[in-house]
Amino acid sequence: MINPPASFRWLRRAVLLLLLVFTLTPVAVMLSSSLKPLQDVQGPWRWVPSHLTLRPYVDIWSTVPLARYFTNSLIVAGSATALSVLIAILAGYAVSRYRFRGRRLFTVTVLSTQMFPGILFLLPLFLIFVNIGNSTGVALYGSRGGLILTYLTFSLPFSIWMLVGYFDSIPRDLDEAAAVDGCGPVRTLLRIVVPAAIPGIVAVAVYAFMTAWGEVLFASVMTNDETRTLAVGLQGYATQTDVYWNQVMAASLVVSIPVVAGFLLLQRYLVAGLTAGAVK
Amino acid sequence: MRTHRLPATLALTAALALTATACGGGSSTSGSSNTSPKTLTYWASNQGSSLENDKQVLEPELRKFEQQTGIKVNLEVIPWSDLLNRILAATASGQGPDVLNIGNTWSASLQATGALLPFDQAAFDKIGGKDRFLPATIASAGAAGKDPAAVPLYSMAYGLYYNKKLFQAAGIAQPPTTWDEFVADGKKLTTGSQYGVAIEGGNVSENVHNAFMLGQQHGTGFFDAAGKPQFDSPAAVAAVKQYVDFIAADKIAAPGNAEYAANQSVTDFATGKAAMLMWQSAGANLKSHGMNPDDYGVVPIPAPAGATGTQAVTSMVAGINLAVFKNTKNLDGALNFVKFMTSDEEQKQLNGTYGSLPPVKAAQSDPAFGTPELKTLAGVLQNSAAPLPQVAGESQFETLIGTAVKNLLAAAAAGQPVTDASVKAELTKAQQQMPAS
Amino acid sequence: MKQPRRSTGRTALPYLLLLPALAVELLIHLVPMVTGIVMSFKQLTQFYIRDWSTAPWSGLANYRMAVDFHAPVGQALLNSFWVTCTFTLLSVGLSWLIGTTAAIMTQDTFRGRGLLRAAFLLPYALPVFAAVITWSFMFQRDTGLVNHVLHDQLHLVKDKPFWLIGDNSFWALLTVSVWKSWPFAFLTLTAGLQNIPRELYEAAAIDGAGIRQQIRRITLPSLRPVNQVLLLVLFLWTFNDFNTPFVLFGKAAPKAADLISIHIYQSSFVTWNFGAGSAMSVLLLLFLLLVTSVYLFATTRRRGADD
Repeated sequence: MINPPASFRWLRRAVLLLLLVFTLTPVAVMLSSSLKPLQDVQGPWRWVPSHLTLRPYVDIWSTVPLARYFTNSLIVAGSATALSVLIAILAGYAVSRYRFRGRRLFTVTVLSTQMFPGILFLLPLFLIFVNIGNSTGVALYGSRGGLILTYLTFSLPFSIWMLVGYFDSIPRDLDEAAAVDGCGPVRTLLRIVVPAAIPGIVAVAVYAFMTAWGEVLFASVMTNDETRTLAVGLQGYATQTDVYWNQVMAASLVVSIPVVAGFLLLQRYLVAGLTAGAVK
Repeated sequence: MRTHRLPATLALTAALALTATACGGGSSTSGSSNTSPKTLTYWASNQGSSLENDKQVLEPELRKFEQQTGIKVNLEVIPWSDLLNRILAATASGQGPDVLNIGNTWSASLQATGALLPFDQAAFDKIGGKDRFLPATIASAGAAGKDPAAVPLYSMAYGLYYNKKLFQAAGIAQPPTTWDEFVADGKKLTTGSQYGVAIEGGNVSENVHNAFMLGQQHGTGFFDAAGKPQFDSPAAVAAVKQYVDFIAADKIAAPGNAEYAANQSVTDFATGKAAMLMWQSAGANLKSHGMNPDDYGVVPIPAPAGATGTQAVTSMVAGINLAVFKNTKNLDGALNFVKFMTSDEEQKQLNGTYGSLPPVKAAQSDPAFGTPELKTLAGVLQNSAAPLPQVAGESQFETLIGTAVKNLLAAAAAGQPVTDASVKAELTKAQQQMPAS
Repeated sequence: MKQPRRSTGRTALPYLLLLPALAVELLIHLVPMVTGIVMSFKQLTQFYIRDWSTAPWSGLANYRMAVDFHAPVGQALLNSFWVTCTFTLLSVGLSWLIGTTAAIMTQDTFRGRGLLRAAFLLPYALPVFAAVITWSFMFQRDTGLVNHVLHDQLHLVKDKPFWLIGDNSFWALLTVSVWKSWPFAFLTLTAGLQNIPRELYEAAAIDGAGIRQQIRRITLPSLRPVNQVLLLVLFLWTFNDFNTPFVLFGKAAPKAADLISIHIYQSSFVTWNFGAGSAMSVLLLLFLLLVTSVYLFATTRRRGADD
C-alpha cells in the first residue's frame, strides 16, 4: 500500500495489539500455570503464582510416560508427513503434467474424500485393519504403522490439490528443456520440478505434520499403551482423583516447543508455498 | 462432477462394495482355547493417582503371580477416557486382552455383546466359588438370571462425608440421617463463602448414580420388571428434582458445581468450601488434598424417615469387575489369574492400597479396612446398596439420564426455574432416545 | 488460463505415479466409507458388534429415525445440524475477516513485523489438544481466567456466567475455533498479498486513490482466487471438526454447542449403535457433497465469466 495516512497507522496499531493479546493469552496462561503449585491451579485464577515452582516440569515425566508418547508422536507424524508428501508429489506431477483417461475422476474422487466425516469410517477402517492383520499377519491395529497409514491419507487430498496448483505454476519450458537434454520424466521430476517446488512442498509437509500431530479420535481407538500418541496421552494428566492442570500446561509447553520452533523456521517457505498452490 | 462420469463412478462404487463385504466382519472364530499357556494380557483401569502409580501398585503382584504359575502377565493400564472404546475395539475385532477390568455398571451391556466369558458354576469352581463374594457385588456383575459376565474385584459405596469442624461451628451436633435434616443442616452451613454440600454436576456418571439412589428411595428403578425404561414416572421426576433442587430451590450447593466434572467437588470439600460431600471411597483423595482423616466423618447418605426395603437404599453398588475375554488363548491361565486377583491376600493388598473395599467376604476382616470411613462404607455395601439396573441398555441409560440431570443442573445454576414439568420434559426426552429393542 | 499439457498417448506412467495415492485412498477412505454406508442399513447395536456381518438388515429404518424430526432423535439431530451450520458460518466468517484484516495490516514492512507474524501463527502451530485444554481451563466458571477478567477485574458482568455448560457454550466454542483457524487464513492471505505487484498500488496512488480505495479496488479483487480455496477449506475443516468440541466439552456437549461430529460420536460410540451413527454420517456426507459442488459450480462459473 502506498502512503497510508496516520489514522490508518493508529488503527493498525490498535487492531494488531488487540489481536496479539487474543492470540497470546492462552500461551501466557500455559506458561503461568505451569509454574504454579497444584493448589494454585485448583483455586481462583491468579496471574502470578503464589510461589514459583518447577515441580510440574519434573513431575510430568513420571505421571505419564511422556517421553514415550512424544517419541511415538514424532515417529507417527514424521513418517506420515514424509509418505504423504512423497505420494502427493508423484500424484500431483501426474495430474499436472499428463492428460490421461480418468484424470478428472481421480481428482474429484480424491478431493471428495476430504469431506468424509472421520466418524463415518473409523469403525470400518478399524475392522479392515483387523482383517488385514488376521489374513496377512501385518499388524496394523495397535501399531504405529496403522496410524501412519491413516494419517497420511488425511492430508493427502489437500496436499495433492496444493501441489497440482504449484506444479502448474512452474513453467513447462523447464521440463521441455530437460527432455531435450535427454532426461526421462522421472529425472525431470526429481531434477527440475521438485527443486523448483520446494516452498510448496514445505507448505504441504507442515500441513500434513500438523494434521497428524493433533489428531485425537483415531488415536484413541487405534493405539495401545506402547504406541499411544501425545494427543491422547496428555489426557493421562486427568486421573481418577485429580486433574493436574499445572502438569498439563507444563507438558503442553514442553511438547509444543520443538513443533513451534520448526514451524516458525519454515514460515518463510510456508508463505511462498501457499501462494502458488492456492492461486492457480 | 460431470454427469457422463456417473456410470464410471457407480461401477467403482459397486466394485468397492464387493471388496468391503468380502473383507468386512469381525472374527467368527470365537471361543477360548489354551494354545498360548505362558502369557496373559491384562487391561487394568486407572484406580490410583496416575497411570504410572497403577503400574507401580500392580507390577509386584503380577511378578508374584508369575513366580507361582510361570505365566507372564503383560499389563496395560488404560485411562477411563479410553477404556470403553478400547473394549469396543477388542469386541469388534476379537483381538483383545485375556483379562480386563470393567466398570461394574457396564457388566450387563458388555454381557449382551457376548464378548465376555460367562462365569458359570464350573468357572466359579475354578476360582474358589461364588459364595466367597458379597451377594450385592455379584448382583452387579450381569443381568439377573444369567451367569455373571465378570467377578467383582474392587468394591465401593457412597457415603456422606461431613466436615466435623464446620458442623461444630454451625452448632450441628449430629450428621443428618433424613433429607429434611440434610437440607436444614445444609442451609445452616451455607454462608457467603461456604456451601452446605458440593456436587459433581457436570459429571454424567456421578449424576446418574445419585439419581438412581434417590430414585430407589422414591420407589423407582428407572426400568420396569420387563426391562422397559420408565424414565419419566412421577417417582423418577421427584427423585431427579430433589437432586437438582440442591442448587435450584434449597440453594445449599454452589451454582458453580453444575460444571464440575474433574473432581472439583472433592477439592471443595477438602478445602472447607463445602461442608458435605456424597462420594465413594474419597479417603485417599481427601488425604492428597491435605485433609486429615480426623477432620471428617462418614455416615450413610440420608434416606426418607422410617424407610425400609429399597426405599432405604443409600448407594449404588459401585466398583470394578474383572472379566475374562471369551477369545482368550489361555483360558486356564486367565481363570487362574482371576483366582489370584480375588484371593484373600491380593484382595487385602490391592483394596488396601486403593482405599476400596474387598468384595471378598473373608478379606474384609483385615485391619486395613477397619478405619471409620471404610467400616461405614462396608456397612452401606452390605445393608443398603443396590446395583444399577442390570439391563443391556444400561450404558445408554447412564448417558441419557446423566446428561439430562446435567442439563437440568445447568439450567438451575443459570437461574432458570426448575419445575416438575421441566424435569419431566427432560426425562421424557431421554426416554425417547432409548433405542427400541 | 489452460497451459498445454504434454500429451503422452497411452503411456502407463501417469497411472504408475497415481498408484500409491490411489491405493491408500482406496484402503483408508473409499473401502471403509462404502463399508460405513453398508452399515447404515444394518441394525448394528451392541448385540451384533462382535460380528457385524450377522447384524440384521434394517432397510431404511436408521435413516427414517434420523430424519423423523418430530421424534427426539431427529429433533436432536436437526438441532445439532443448525448449531453446526451457524457455528461454521460464524467461525469461517470471523476467521476470514480477522485473517484478511491482519494480512492487510502487516503487508507493509514496519519494525517488529516478523515477530508479530510469528506470534500470530502460534495458535496454528500449537498442538490442538494442548491449546483447547488450555481454553477449557480458562473458561471454568469459578477458577477460570475469562470470568476473573470479566467479573473480578472489569466488572462487566454481575454474576459469573457459565461458559462450558448452558447457552454460552456456543460462544466459548466459537472463540476457540476462531482463535485456532484465523492464523491459517492469515497465512494464506499473506501469501496471496505478496503476489500483488507493487506497481498496481503505485499506479492507483498516482491516480489519487486513498487507502480505502486501494484496498477495495486492488487488494480484495486480487485475493479472490485465494479466497475461493481458503473459504472452502475452512468450511470443510470447521464443519467436520471433532477435536475442538471433544476436548472442550468431553463426550456430552451442551445442547447449544452440540456440533454434528460430536453428536454422531455420541450416537454411535457412546451408545454403541453404529447403524444409526452411520446413517447420520451418510446424511452429513451427502450434505457436504451438495454444498461443495454448488460452491465450486458457482465460483468457477463466476471466475470463468471474469476471464
